Amino acid sequence: MDFNYEVSRSLAACEGAVLIIDASQGIEAQTLANTYLALDHNLELVPVINKIDLPAADPDRVAAEVEDVIGLDCSVAPRVSAKTGENVEQVLERIVEDIPAPEANDDAPLRALIFDSIYDNYKGVIVYVRVMEGTLKAGETMRMMATGAEFTVVEVGYMRAQSMEPCDVLSAGEVGYITASIKTVRDAKVGDTVTKVQRPASEPLPGYRKVNPMVFCGIYPADGADYEALRDALEKLQLNDASLSYEPETSGALGFGFRCGFLGLLHLEIIQERLEREYLLDLVTTVPSVIYKIHLRDGSVVEVDNPTHYPDPADIDFAEEPITNAHIYAPADYVGAIMDLCQDRRGVFKDMTYITKERVDIHYELPLNEIIYDFFDVLKSRTRGYASFDYEMAGYQRSNLQKLDVLLNGDMIDALSFIIHNDKAMARARRIAERLKETIPRQMFEIPIQIAIGSKVIARETVRAMRKDVLAKCYGGDITRKKKLLEKQKEGKKRMRQFGTVEVPQEAFMAVLKLDENT
Amino acid sequence: MNAGLYLHIPFCLSKCDYCDFYSLCANDDTMDAYLAALKKALRFWGSQSADTFDTVYVGGGTPSVFGAGRLTETLDLVRRSFRLTTDAQITVECNPSSVTKELADALSVAGVNRVSLGLQSAVAAERAALGRRSTVRQAETALTLFRNAGIDDLSLDLMLGIPGQTPQSLRESLRFLEGTGVQHVSAYLLKLEETTPLFARRATLSLPDEDTVCDLYLQAANALEQTGLRQYEISNFAVPGFESRHNLHYWLCEPYLGIGPAAHSFLGGRRFYYPRDLRSFLQSDAPVFDCIGGDKAEFCMLRLRLTRGLSDAAFYARFGEHLPKEMFTAAKAFARHGLLTADGDTIALTKNGFLVSNGVIGKLISTL
Repeated sequence: MDFNYEVSRSLAACEGAVLIIDASQGIEAQTLANTYLALDHNLELVPVINKIDLPAADPDRVAAEVEDVIGLDCSVAPRVSAKTGENVEQVLERIVEDIPAPEANDDAPLRALIFDSIYDNYKGVIVYVRVMEGTLKAGETMRMMATGAEFTVVEVGYMRAQSMEPCDVLSAGEVGYITASIKTVRDAKVGDTVTKVQRPASEPLPGYRKVNPMVFCGIYPADGADYEALRDALEKLQLNDASLSYEPETSGALGFGFRCGFLGLLHLEIIQERLEREYLLDLVTTVPSVIYKIHLRDGSVVEVDNPTHYPDPADIDFAEEPITNAHIYAPADYVGAIMDLCQDRRGVFKDMTYITKERVDIHYELPLNEIIYDFFDVLKSRTRGYASFDYEMAGYQRSNLQKLDVLLNGDMIDALSFIIHNDKAMARARRIAERLKETIPRQMFEIPIQIAIGSKVIARETVRAMRKDVLAKCYGGDITRKKKLLEKQKEGKKRMRQFGTVEVPQEAFMAVLKLDENT
Repeated sequence: MNAGLYLHIPFCLSKCDYCDFYSLCANDDTMDAYLAALKKALRFWGSQSADTFDTVYVGGGTPSVFGAGRLTETLDLVRRSFRLTTDAQITVECNPSSVTKELADALSVAGVNRVSLGLQSAVAAERAALGRRSTVRQAETALTLFRNAGIDDLSLDLMLGIPGQTPQSLRESLRFLEGTGVQHVSAYLLKLEETTPLFARRATLSLPDEDTVCDLYLQAANALEQTGLRQYEISNFAVPGFESRHNLHYWLCEPYLGIGPAAHSFLGGRRFYYPRDLRSFLQSDAPVFDCIGGDKAEFCMLRLRLTRGLSDAAFYARFGEHLPKEMFTAAKAFARHGLLTADGDTIALTKNGFLVSNGVIGKLISTL
């Protein structure tokens, strides 16, 4: 789903593709989605059945399923275990056998498609290309046809499994890399066409559609002092991932941070995890949002991806939200559970087809904002992990939306605001109030939690005041220990966010994010 | 600044189920050996210390178990070894069951002018729950014996949050305290210390819940104040002028010297202590350095335990600088919720504030 686009652009650089099917799971949502993408590009498909080492593997059943559903001949499909290496050599054999050699014309003006690029500290941007026509070697001057930027080629070569192998010349039909002291990946846009300054091609290759972020959230350093480190980390990640967008944002509650845009929730989670793992940052992430189109009474339209910028309801004529076409593939036993879930997420049932006797493809129209929180987690848990899920954007639809605000001790916590469909506002507000009550520890005084639409409070809970903490004697021998205890207490507070007079633990933000309905 | 002298007598007839103070059951030989070690330490410190002491506090354990003779010998040596003020407050802790006329008279002759008695509760079932031996009658007798001997500055301990304690049963204890006419009461919340028998059987105890304990505390504090014993510290109440001057040394962040196993000292800006080990003390091992004491956080933390509170003037006198503005800002937020009072100079916790003093004091000193 999130990475359809990445798969698609790789496929555009190939003559064929290996379709890997899990020997125990069989065909999944992504299997079909990727098959369709490959067929769109007229690629030759080589089916491979993987994970035959698993106890639950059933390659015969899965082979039959692939023949049935996709119509690919699996009689010679290798059955392999990538984990143990069993039969992997057969895959290479099939690739050589079945995938046609590229049609190539070395004499035409150079046209090479950029399908990816990475940043290397020593070489600058390394551009991955598929040469469609012509040739390129070191020392020649190349031009990016979309941006017009020109560079002298430093090195060309092939990508090997473990290393880069330089070569003299990249020729038509080949896949390889180019380095040319390119400073930023923005100069080597994925989908652009590389040609030569001398004898340029007249027309670029079709290239790719531009991808736009679909899901947005605020990312803040847990410790304000890490703001610069967070900015550096985002900048580095963006070098290799042009689909990640970010811009500075300030929150009354969280201080300085960034509004970040992602292809989808998976993309968001990957970036968040990389920031935490690779850059050792402690983050606070706000509730993800999609882009809403708000039509104002004056006829203008504003796009809102941050609840903080939601217009005054009095100014709103109507609102639109993004809708997806979603397919869920699962064993037929779970149809009921899945339909309940989709119904609950405001889904509109489109159709259902039996892929095999046991497996179904359930097609729903689902609002994007219903699937960006925890849809996949809940789906997995309701189907014991057997369901797979894929979606694509299907435009905008009019919708009855509300902005919910969270107030603690009377102060609005902007980072906890979110936009939600009217029908779900009440239940969600109550649930959030409860979860906040559970996660905010009792403090020296009572803390009212209010969830409000505008000035109207629709849910309310109270964190009772703590009446007593450890109250102990303090004689001559207790002073050092006591002081250490109070100072440790201060350390603990560092993991809390101070909002006015209220201290809120970081988990509270997560609690609002993950309102798993099953708990 | 005058200092306080603390002497630890680590012996009891039997150990109470809730107590984690360092004390042992001992025979005469051990106590004689201890007296010898104590005297050696007194002579050493007497020769070392240039301080003037205005309090002596003999605690334990159960000092009365040590016996009139040894206590007298100890206190005589204290007088010979240290410079004491003429009005020094000299306190001995006693267990009502081990007080005799002989002991009371001997202590009086030895210069003791204040006695602190452990009672904890006037309700027999509650004392049984704590594993206390003495009876209400013994406490009354002990008070009379001391008064007859001329020691009429008397303190009783009261415990709150005892298994089975209710507002009604607490009223009984409070009524008893009032009847005794003592000038001082220490009222502590029961805390289950991990090393105690009470902790081991905690699952079987019907401990009052948190709200009840808070109510018991407020009930006791208000009742004691109504009988003229003003609260001066989180857990201490006295007729004005009868405060424990020795304990005030701790809370005012003033120097004190502690002698005996597990006794702590704060002298010359350093905190140190004798290990919690009788044998170590008997072989005259030196005390162990703990840390440099008396910093701003410590000063504030301790002063805020007192009803008189933390004053900017006192802070300035000690450190030559003012309390940070942020502390008063933080204080104002607590004041709005009735946890303390704050004017431009002094921050003083209220009774409700004392109940959450860890949080309140922790927050206030985090502004330093």
